[in-house]
Amino acid sequence: MQQIFNFVIKNKTFLLFLLLFSIALALTIQSHSYHRSKFINSANFLTGGVYGTMNSVDQYFDLKTTNDILTEENRLLREQLFNTSVTKDSSYIDSSYTKGQYRITIADLYKNSYSSTNNILTLNKGKNDSIKQDFGVMTSNGIIGIIDNTSNNYSTVLSILNVKSQINAKIKSTNHIGSLTWDGKSPIYVQLEDVSQFAPIKVGDTIQTGGESSIFPKGIGIGTITSFESDISGDTYTIQVKLFNDMTNIGTVYILENLDRAEIQSLEKNIDE
Amino acid sequence: MNSIAGINIVRFVLLLLLQVVICNHIDFLGYINPYIYIIFIFLFPIREDRLVLLLVSFLLGMMVDIFSDSGGVHAAAAVSLAYARPILLKSSFGMLYEHQTIKFSTTDIGSLITYISLGTVIHHFILFSLEIFNISNILLVLQKTLFSSIFTILLSVLIIILFSRNRK
Repeated sequence: MQQIFNFVIKNKTFLLFLLLFSIALALTIQSHSYHRSKFINSANFLTGGVYGTMNSVDQYFDLKTTNDILTEENRLLREQLFNTSVTKDSSYIDSSYTKGQYRITIADLYKNSYSSTNNILTLNKGKNDSIKQDFGVMTSNGIIGIIDNTSNNYSTVLSILNVKSQINAKIKSTNHIGSLTWDGKSPIYVQLEDVSQFAPIKVGDTIQTGGESSIFPKGIGIGTITSFESDISGDTYTIQVKLFNDMTNIGTVYILENLDRAEIQSLEKNIDE
Repeated sequence: MNSIAGINIVRFVLLLLLQVVICNHIDFLGYINPYIYIIFIFLFPIREDRLVLLLVSFLLGMMVDIFSDSGGVHAAAAVSLAYARPILLKSSFGMLYEHQTIKFSTTDIGSLITYISLGTVIHHFILFSLEIFNISNILLVLQKTLFSSIFTILLSVLIIILFSRNRK
């Protein structure tokens, strides 16, 4: 017994180091698995407050760019509005079915990050604005990521620039799907993996969301194909996708809630059983 | 004693804020960020108990982690640096450390740079290994370690020289 005490007292520095290091390591490993970064995340009162103050100063510096983006988006929306009113066959669309499937919330980006391999963003909307886990996040240009954690007033987003992120996507011209991942290298390019060899792929084609995951609606733009190569197995393509979004410069984002998600999930769960 | 504790608390808060508000968002050339909060660990009083240093370093690293959503990578790296500090001090300052008479404001600049460079490289290597967490990306780890270290060392030395009062 005496010896054990002596050992502990003699090596107390090393033992404390070991203890603290293992705590840190455990937290690190935990944060590497999807949806597990529960305790250590920036969706809390303290960090949200600091980032909020910072954002309120920061916003003034890119008012002009923000204006440009808004104008451009207005133009696009107007274009869509005019085009649909001309071509729409109103008898065809069942409005009670399609209307209002997605609820959209506007949020400010409080913390952007794109230099690490596990990028997580912070938004200024949380549970009080009925934001929950697994809502989609996008800008006018394309998708950003998926809501990971929420606190009362803030939420964190698992960015598409995160090696853990996997989002269903497809090639616009065909219906060949794949999963969108990131190799952690450049914030401009992401990878679309597991695309069937039967897909006709051309450099310059558009990649958009596939609508299979019930997080994003079908057809939101993601990026364009810059190059592609066969996998080692030879069955699938891995495609380099250049993002429409400049992930290094994001101000305001839209949070998408699929109101039918619970219904879709319960249906799929039934099939599984 | 109280004034030393006060200085260290102020330094802790200031460096933490400087790190999370400015330095985490520099992203020079896309991915190079300095991690200047480790200056706190470098300048921690030498006569203080090592256990205190370990605990405070862990706390500092954890705070940076919470702000940057990185799990526990900064905490792990900061604790390792704090643990390795006596060895670094001994190898860079030699006899001065053995007599417990180092004053960071009066030591000669060469030893100071050696001390900070060694510490920074160790800290950054652990930081990026844990952050990337993939042995096949070892080149990326080394690349990030190298470039971020250069940035951190430059800034740290400048900050230490700038804020030490009576350097000749």
